[in-house]
Order: sequence, then C-alpha cells, then structure tokens
Amino acid sequence: MLFFLEVLIGGLLSGVMYSLVALGFVLIFKASGVFNFAQGAMVLFAALTFVLLLEVGGGFWAWTGWLSLVFAAVAAGLYVLNRFTEVLKSPVVSSRAATVIAVLAILILGLFFDGGQNMWRAVFVILLIYVALTVGVRNPKAAAAVLLGLALASLFAGDVNFWRSLVLTLTIMIVLAIAIERIMLRPLVGQEPIILFMATIGLNFVLEGIAQGVWDADVHALDIGIEDVPFDVGGVFISQFDIFAAISAGVLVAVIGVFFSKTRVGRALRAVADDHQAAMSVGIPLKNIWAIVWAAAGIVALFAGLLWGSKLGVQFSLVLLAFKALPVLILGGFTSVPGAILGGLIVGATEKVFEVFVGLPYLGGGTESWSPYMLAMIFLLFRPQGLFGEKIIERV
Amino acid sequence: MIYREAGQFKTTYATDQAIFPIPQDLWFVVAVLVIAAVIIPLTAGQYWLGPILTQFLVFALAALGLNLLTGYAGQLSLGTGGFMAVGAYACYNFTLRVPELPLFVSFILGGVCAAVVGIMFGLPSLRIKGFYLAVATLAAQFFLLWLFDHVGWFTNYDPAGVASAPSRTLLGSWATKDGPLSFLAPLNLMVSGPKAAIETKYLVTLVTVALLALLAKNIVRSSTGRAWRAIRDMDIAAEIIGISPLKTKLLAFAISSFYCGVAGALYVFTYVGNADTEAFDLARSFQILFMVIIGGLGSILGSFLGAAFIVLLPVLLNITASTLGEGTLSSDTLSNLELIIFGGVIIFFLIIEPHGFARLWQIAKEKLRLWPFPH
Repeated sequence: MLFFLEVLIGGLLSGVMYSLVALGFVLIFKASGVFNFAQGAMVLFAALTFVLLLEVGGGFWAWTGWLSLVFAAVAAGLYVLNRFTEVLKSPVVSSRAATVIAVLAILILGLFFDGGQNMWRAVFVILLIYVALTVGVRNPKAAAAVLLGLALASLFAGDVNFWRSLVLTLTIMIVLAIAIERIMLRPLVGQEPIILFMATIGLNFVLEGIAQGVWDADVHALDIGIEDVPFDVGGVFISQFDIFAAISAGVLVAVIGVFFSKTRVGRALRAVADDHQAAMSVGIPLKNIWAIVWAAAGIVALFAGLLWGSKLGVQFSLVLLAFKALPVLILGGFTSVPGAILGGLIVGATEKVFEVFVGLPYLGGGTESWSPYMLAMIFLLFRPQGLFGEKIIERV
Repeated sequence: MIYREAGQFKTTYATDQAIFPIPQDLWFVVAVLVIAAVIIPLTAGQYWLGPILTQFLVFALAALGLNLLTGYAGQLSLGTGGFMAVGAYACYNFTLRVPELPLFVSFILGGVCAAVVGIMFGLPSLRIKGFYLAVATLAAQFFLLWLFDHVGWFTNYDPAGVASAPSRTLLGSWATKDGPLSFLAPLNLMVSGPKAAIETKYLVTLVTVALLALLAKNIVRSSTGRAWRAIRDMDIAAEIIGISPLKTKLLAFAISSFYCGVAGALYVFTYVGNADTEAFDLARSFQILFMVIIGGLGSILGSFLGAAFIVLLPVLLNITASTLGEGTLSSDTLSNLELIIFGGVIIFFLIIEPHGFARLWQIAKEKLRLWPFPH
C-alpha cells in the first residue's frame, strides 16, 4: 500500500510537470485557435538559450553590453517619453491588477533572493513583466525595444549569471514570439486550422535546427539550486525537487489565471478566444494579442524548460515532452487552464501506476509511451470535449 | 494552344464521365506512365531507381492513403506510420509463415490487416473531431509501434527486432517451373530479397501504385467518395440527408489504412529490404502528412506532387550542401541547416499557396488553356 502511494505521488508530481508543458499549448490554442506543435521545440530552445547564456558568462556580454546599453537607453528613454502621457490616460492594465501582479512577482522572486544587491534584479524582472503587459498591447515593436534595453541594462546590475541569463532568455523568447507572429502567422490569418498546424510543425523543425545547430547538441547540466533529495513523509519517500517543481508550476498557473481573469490584456485575450471578428470590431488589436500570447507561451516554455532541464539535463529529448503534453491536453480540454493541470495529474498518475503494476510485470515495460494516449482516447469516447472543454455545440 | 478543349464534343454519358475527359490529360498520363515504366528503368542508374524513385512511389502511395482519409473524408490522422507498420509486419509474417503465397497476395493481405486495425482505431472518430481526433490517432501510432517492439513474434524473434524481407517471387511457389501453374513461370519474377533486381522492385512498385491510384481515382468519384466529401464538409448535414457517419467514416479509415498498409509492405519488400519500428515512427507520420498538405488536400495528383517534393527536397538540399559546404562545415551543422531550411521552405509554401501544389497545377492549366493569347 505504501509502495502504491509512493508510485501514485511520484506520478502526480511528474504530472504537474507535464501540465506545465501543456499549459503553453492551452494558452496559444485558447487565444488564437492555433494548435502549436512547436511548443516542445520552444521548451528546448528556451532551455538551451538559458544554459548557454549561463555558460558564456560575463566576458562576451559585458563587452557588447556597454555598446548596446547606450543605444538601448536612448531608445527606451525616447519611447517612454513618447508614450508616458498616453499610458497614464488609459492604462492597459488597471493599477490594482498591476499592483497585484507586482506583489505576486516580488513574492515569487523573493523566494529566490538572498537579499542585498540582488533586489535590483527583481526590480528589473518586475519592470519587464509590467512593461510587457502595459505597452505590449499597443506597440509590440516598442515593447521589444524597451525590453531589450532593460535586458541589456540588467547585465550591469550585478554579476549573478542566473538572473542575467533568465532576463535575456525572457527577452529572446518575447522577440521570438513577435517574429513568429510577424513572419509566420500574419500571412496565414484566416487559413484553415490544419494549415496553421502544419506551419507550426515547420516552425518546430526550424527551432529544433536552430537550437541544435546554432547552439549545440550536447547534454548540458543545469543547476537551479534545488537538490533532488527524497524526504520521508510518513513512510512515503517524496522527491524534494518534484515538490518544488509542483509548487512553482502551481504558482505559474495562479499567475496565469489572475492574468486571464483580472487584467485588461487577459480580458482582451479571452475576447479574442471567444470570437476573433467580434473582438476586432470592438477594437482589440488581434495581431498584438497573438504576439503577447506567443510570448506568454514562450515564457511558460522557459519555465518548463528550466524545471525539466534541471531534472533531465538540457538536451534534445526535451522536444519529446510535447508528446507527453498532448494526452494531457485532450484529457483536460484544449481551452482550459485548470483542465491542463488536472489532465496532467491524471496522466502522470495513470502512466506511472500502469507501468509499475501492469506494464513491467505483464507487458514487458515501456508502456508509458502509449498508455496516456489510450486513456485519453477511451475517455474521449465518453466526453469528446475533455474534462473542462467548452461543450461542443454544432449547428447546421 | 495545345491544351484547349474547344471542339471536343461528348456524345455519350460514358465519354463525358471518363476519368480523363480531356484527351490531352489522358495522353499526358499515358506518356508519364510509359516514361516511368519503359524509359526510366532502361536509362536511370541504380541510385535513382532505388533510393529515390522507389522511395517516392512508396511514399506517394502512403500519402494517397492519408489523403483519402484527411483530404476527402476530413478525418485528421497522425497514425499513418503505425498503419504502415501493420501492413509491413503483417506482410512479412504472411511471407514468412506461408512461403507458398504469391507476394502480391501478401501485399493485399498486409493491406487488409492494416485496414482492420484502421477500423479499430477509427472508431473514436464517430465521437471526436478535429485535433482531438488527431491526438487520439497518436494512440494508434505509439501503441502499434510498442507492440511490434515488444512482442517478438512479429519480427520472428529477431534479436535486433529487424524484419528482413525474405526472397519471394511475385506469383509464389505454385507458379514455378514444376508447380501446378507452370505456364506462369516466365512472369514469376523475384521481387524481394537480396537476389531481386532493382528494376524488378521498381516496376512492381510502379504497377502497384498505378493500379491503386486508379482505384482511388474511381473511389473518390463514386458514391463513396461523394459521401466522404459530404461528411468532410459538414457531417451533421450529411447525416441528415441520409449518409451514415458510422459506415462512411469507418470505410474511409479502412481504405486509407489499406493503402498505407500496402505502402508499408512495399517499403519493406521493394524499397529498403528490411524494417525496424524506427522506420515507421511519428516522424514518418508527419512526413506523410506534410506530403498531403504540401501536395494538396483532396487531390490524387497532389499526393504524388507532395511526395515528390518531400522526397526530393532533402536530396537536393543534401547535394547543394555537400557541394557548397564541402570541408567548411561539419556534417552536424549541415544536417541542422537542412532541418532549418526544410522547415522554412514548408512555412514558405504554406504562406504562398496553402492549397498546395495541386492548386498551383490547376492555375497553370487555366493559364495554359488561354496560352499564348491572354484572352
């Protein structure tokens, strides 16, 4: 019985990690109806970028940083001057929501800080998120400029590589999102979902190629400072790292939930998800929304990449996480954030329990590759829209 | 000027409903077949016949199968590799355990096995649609490959899990010189195994693919094909006018899987000569789906054009890369560069023509009809 509990809890905890990957899918599908197959590649891309920036360290960046800083500061200053009045007149994120986010962000980030000078880095990250939220809706290009400036400026806030590369990777993911929106999605607006789906598979190849080719294909160790030590809870051994991963996943989900339900951008996102045409006719800039949502998915991918990367090492197989996320998606419903969490829990628990108690003793093992899919398929026969999916209403 | 149908009058329904109502089309197809069947085997080298043309034909057949399901019946499937594997391993086991069986019968039986499995995994399509269905078909992909990997019987307990195609003849052992059907002996060519000529393999593949393409062309213009398209365009409306979704969707899965199964069998017996499950993994499914999308959903011709593109593009990239980057770039960089370019080209093609090569071909024909006068 204890053993069963241990397997079950292990499964549940790894399920949370699956749902972190699934979350990226949900965000994009909800807002744009695009089934983003490249999410797995985005996880790899983000994690590899992060690790490599970390490994490159100070020298190279300090050199280019000084030069860029001048340009970025000028660009950002001009932009802020230009937009200052406008932002004040009609804030995109209401001040209360912004405060909530900022406080939450401080709390989350505070967990990692050892006090002192590091506080500056927290301020930068919060500023980054705030700017992304407020100006992103209006002018993604300018937002990117500001973010770039901030990121480069953050290089000089201290010498702790972890935060430096986190900020840079965040920036790169946001710029990547804007590029994807510009280059790939905008010309394909109004095409059939399957065409967009295929385009994201093409994107998947490109990202895999870049991640491996421009960076490299080795396995990189990533240490985020949490040790993978099991500890004892009433006779059941639970991995400390898994607990940490589950908690941070939970926090991320809470932040996304607040973002979707309480902020103006979140409301716009929900409006776009509901009906593109109607959203555009009330003046929501669809294209910027898409860029934002891809950026959000990129950030989620970065978090997933960090957690999985420190568990398994940053390597090509991170791409395969996408296939763990798919059954989670259909179980939870493509459009539901809580569904992704619950789906992840179910998938994680089932595949571990099935593998340990049925797969290994009777079927020769390796059942984890298909058992979640079988479960999802059987489940869908009874509930085609998933656990929390919107009821499918068909009209002729 | 050449491609103009003015003055071609049809006086009977039969001529009007011919597969190629315009003689130019008919002659074009006949010319392509003659070139493919006579001139190419005589002139092309081993490299072109084997790895490129046979590969193209095998994948064109698989793409055709998927196009019937996705393009005509509107059921998105990512299990193509799994169904190909069923055909391949079933065919392998038939040839292995019943050696007297003519090879072409094994091909058909392999296809039938794939069809049965296709029906089983097609059942959820009655309830699930779109991307939910696509993800559900992944169950077929992962489960079937796991099955072939873990149950040794399928690969005849080969320690490496590789099924090597045994030497078999087209018409089986009954048609050898001392068999009961000895008058067929001259036709009884060695098709598979190390002793078979590469030309024979190519020709057998060509004939199989041509026959099945003809069959597909006829299926899609029959009442079955019309029912598929009705289901694709709006399944509820189709149901209301009396088309049974159960029958139609399952038939689509069965026929599509049959094609994929035969393609899988051809892959093992005429193209590669052996198979492990890696040949039929998820990447394969996506590759076939790419062929269908790039070629054109709902077009027989499109399946061939898409397959040609996807098979030839890496070859071209490879040749260009190796001539340009000889010595300067490492092979790792080259293969990653190929991946990037491949993805980029796919996105590029989707942006310029989302309806695929079949649509480009149609536009070209419209232009040709007026050529050389613009009006």
